[in-house]
Amino acid sequence: MINAVGLHKAYRLKGRRIAALQGVDLHVRQGEVYGVVGRSGAGKSTLLRCVNLLERPDRGEVRVDGQDLTALGSARLRAARHGIGMVHQHFALLSSRTVAGNVAFPLEIAGVSRVERRRRVAELLDLVGLADRARAYPAQLSGGQKQRVGIARALAPRPKVLLSDEATSALDPATTAGILDLLRTLNRELGLTILLITHEMEVVKRVCDSAAIMEDGSFTESGRVSDLLRTPGSLLTRSLFPLPSDPPPGTVALTYPDGTDEPLMSQITRGFDVDVNIIAGALEEVAGHSVGRLNVRITGERRAEALAYLADNGLLVEEVR
Amino acid sequence: MTEWFGELAARWPEMWPVLWLGTLDTLYMVLWSGLVTVAVGLPLGVLLVATDRDGLTPAPVLRAVLGAVVNVGRSLPFIVLMVAVLSLTRFITGTTLGPTAAVVPLSIGAIPFFARLVETALREVDRGVIEASHAMGARKSVIVVKVLLPEALPGLVASLVMTVVTLVSYSAMAGAIGGGGLGDIAIRYGYQRFDDYYLWATVVFLVLMVQLVQSAGDLLVRRVSHR
Repeated sequence: MINAVGLHKAYRLKGRRIAALQGVDLHVRQGEVYGVVGRSGAGKSTLLRCVNLLERPDRGEVRVDGQDLTALGSARLRAARHGIGMVHQHFALLSSRTVAGNVAFPLEIAGVSRVERRRRVAELLDLVGLADRARAYPAQLSGGQKQRVGIARALAPRPKVLLSDEATSALDPATTAGILDLLRTLNRELGLTILLITHEMEVVKRVCDSAAIMEDGSFTESGRVSDLLRTPGSLLTRSLFPLPSDPPPGTVALTYPDGTDEPLMSQITRGFDVDVNIIAGALEEVAGHSVGRLNVRITGERRAEALAYLADNGLLVEEVR
Repeated sequence: MTEWFGELAARWPEMWPVLWLGTLDTLYMVLWSGLVTVAVGLPLGVLLVATDRDGLTPAPVLRAVLGAVVNVGRSLPFIVLMVAVLSLTRFITGTTLGPTAAVVPLSIGAIPFFARLVETALREVDRGVIEASHAMGARKSVIVVKVLLPEALPGLVASLVMTVVTLVSYSAMAGAIGGGGLGDIAIRYGYQRFDDYYLWATVVFLVLMVQLVQSAGDLLVRRVSHR
């Protein structure tokens, strides 16, 4: 759905050249939620703005829904943007308009008739659960409500793609959860493709099918979350399941990417005559299915065979040194 | 003191028609120059913001020229400006005397002032909202009309109120070169004939007028502000 290839972008700030993007390739599949995680200054905000060409990349090509945006003139680009919704960290609502007026705004831009606008606005406010606040002004809403208006507004022209610029960063944890659930629901029910940037691993864990970790203007790893969890040394896995800072020698980190049905631990103690000492463990809900992580100490003559057996059974086995 | 007011009361029937006509002349000058000022100053203020380096349509040369013109207008004392544009006033209105002629220098004096205030008010608009409008595919003219101006409306109304108050005071100065209005009365009766009654009466009228404009303006600002 979104295919960006070889994106480069540099700025000049007080005479210094700052490379915000250094050859980023981004591929977001139709109907998935894709998260780009990174610290502030990693270039994720620039990346997001390159996808709807709020910022024009110095080099590289951006295709959204098959259309090469970098090749479009300004009128065609504006039309293409109707198909790409965007939600903003600080909501970016018009303070002079009511909730209904804000949601109607992109429809006015797109030239939708008044009658149709009214119908669509009512429908959208229902969808985000704000039907009773249609006449309120943004200043009268809570942060979570403002973001719901932002989402309703972004969805008004029926976009295929939604870009989320740190949509939950200005919200408290409970409100964040509500907004993320809403995004997930929209993704499932409308088949909406969502590209979000965030600095919170928690967001990736909760809603993303795919993710990329961004550092200094490029991706250090990217792919389906379930695949990343299977990748040895994955930063994503380590961020989701931090290891104890000082693990005893011989510790093995086991990741269960597909849940746990088999009693593997007792199988290896019986089958390979090893001792298993569990040091730490966690079970996390990642993108809708549970992923486990276990730090164990395995000792015995046939330790290597036992580890190979675990790997054969779909576990990611990493020696911790 | 009671003597002074007794005298005022005795002369009031004779003074009232003069003061009333002066008030009407002042209102006439302020109203028309106010309209011209908004018609020219508002687009000028929008241009100042739009042509700026990080504006909607950056145009450094145009921006520098506009800025310089506005600064020249701002730096001239009104009384000097009034004399300096006399020939232009004659060209436009056919005369240099009376309230209609005064509208020309009043407008020229207030336009740069109002344009700068508009510029400041527009700069207050959240940049994120403008970026969001671009992301929604809005063209620049739509952003000006549907985002910039409505979002800045409270600031724009406050700017207009300040400009009208300034115009009231400028219009009194216009009286000095025969513009008519309350300022004219204050100078002809109060200054040249040492008639304190007219002088103080015009002062009270002017103060009341400014108070009225300011209060009505403040009320309007509160009505249009939804922040």
